[in-house]
Amino acid sequence: MIGYARRTWIVLWKDLLVERRSKESLNALLFFALLLLFLFQFALGLDQDRLHAALPGLIWLGFVLAGLLGLGRSFVAERDNDCWDGLRLTPGDKSAIYLGKLAANLMVMGAVEVVILALFGLFYNVNLVSVLGPLAVVLALGTLGLATVGTLFAALTAGVRARELLFPVLLLPVQVPVLLATVSATQIVLAGQPLGDAGAWLRLLAGADLVYLVIGLLTFEFILDA
Amino acid sequence: MIEAAGIRKAYGATLVLDDVSLTLPAGQCLALLGPNGAGKTTLLRILAGLVRPSAGRLRVGGADAVRDPEAVRAQVGMVAHGSFVYEDLTARENLRFWAVMGGLDASPARLRERLQAVELDAVADERARTFSAGMKRRLGLARVTLGRRPLLLLDEPFSGLDRHGQKWLVEFLLAFKAAGGTVVLTTHSFGGGLSVADRVVILAGGRVLLDRAAADLPIDELHRIYDDIVEGAAAS
Repeated sequence: MIGYARRTWIVLWKDLLVERRSKESLNALLFFALLLLFLFQFALGLDQDRLHAALPGLIWLGFVLAGLLGLGRSFVAERDNDCWDGLRLTPGDKSAIYLGKLAANLMVMGAVEVVILALFGLFYNVNLVSVLGPLAVVLALGTLGLATVGTLFAALTAGVRARELLFPVLLLPVQVPVLLATVSATQIVLAGQPLGDAGAWLRLLAGADLVYLVIGLLTFEFILDA
Repeated sequence: MIEAAGIRKAYGATLVLDDVSLTLPAGQCLALLGPNGAGKTTLLRILAGLVRPSAGRLRVGGADAVRDPEAVRAQVGMVAHGSFVYEDLTARENLRFWAVMGGLDASPARLRERLQAVELDAVADERARTFSAGMKRRLGLARVTLGRRPLLLLDEPFSGLDRHGQKWLVEFLLAFKAAGGTVVLTTHSFGGGLSVADRVVILAGGRVLLDRAAADLPIDELHRIYDDIVEGAAAS
């Protein structure tokens, strides 16, 4: 168990260190998020009612598009210099690698989401501070749902030539329950209603997260060996 | 240590290895020679348990490579073309990562000792991105010697190494063998290969065309046989 935790931790440490040094994902994602905000602003104009109605969808559209870019690259470093084979040669339960990668992806996505949210608040003059607690719960569950499947499919498509095309094609249909639940729960939270009103959506979200996580842990070794 | 019989590997209609059989006792070194595309790297990956043969039997250290590749992998230290090096990590960080992943001693003292052994201690905190191919290969060797894996598989270990590096590698491999370790290496460097090998195998077109004791093969003779065999295989 200690060995498993150490291997999970070292994968997380390695991925965050590589990301901090290369800044490949983070810089691209932040620039991309900024571009999206400008595009949404042009598309929706200054009509605040329209904007508020569309806000939950826009926020998640931003997260999902940024997530597709970031998650899709999470196994690229493993393909360089045959590191993928190195991971296959390591002993023990390979799901520790998946868990470490997932944790690193969650941290990078979380950082990008915080920035995107702050920019949404600034650009569209929306007070997110008053709903920050409930919103954080929805974001955490939604991001976990996106990252669990995203990490698994990133591994699955890492060695494929048409990776950039195949990754979203595989990921988005599987994400439908997560997106449906997160957008609906975000809408309820942003409307100022108590978090309990989004209980059914949050239960669906937590259930989907759990199912995706278990599938990821159980199947990662086969994907690594495929 | 290695018992392979009738190994065959095909990717679709392309036959990469055909009826390869070889045995190698523990403590010996086998040099695999052959032209590009002969199937050397594929054979090495099969021996490592990374690729499943299409047919044939393979036992490595008593473990069945087809039924239990995990047991084979546990005995193998491998330095492939890419050396399993993360470009954005330093030499020390690379070693630390692989030590923890392998469940091995990752203490600073142990990492320092391994880096000294491969003469990379002076650049231990520089990123691997700045290393030459030879330095990355040394880092790969430091990685595989973190543990006590009995079988070392090396893909083109002499390429990218300068004269001093080649000499150092030969000494390193002789010491590894003397400690009871088994080595299989692919190489185009006949001199380097012969200086450590106990056996020489020439592969061409996926078939073993020569399997002989290295002591019976002076380098001139090896060059002549190699040219005859490979040219003959290409002509047929």
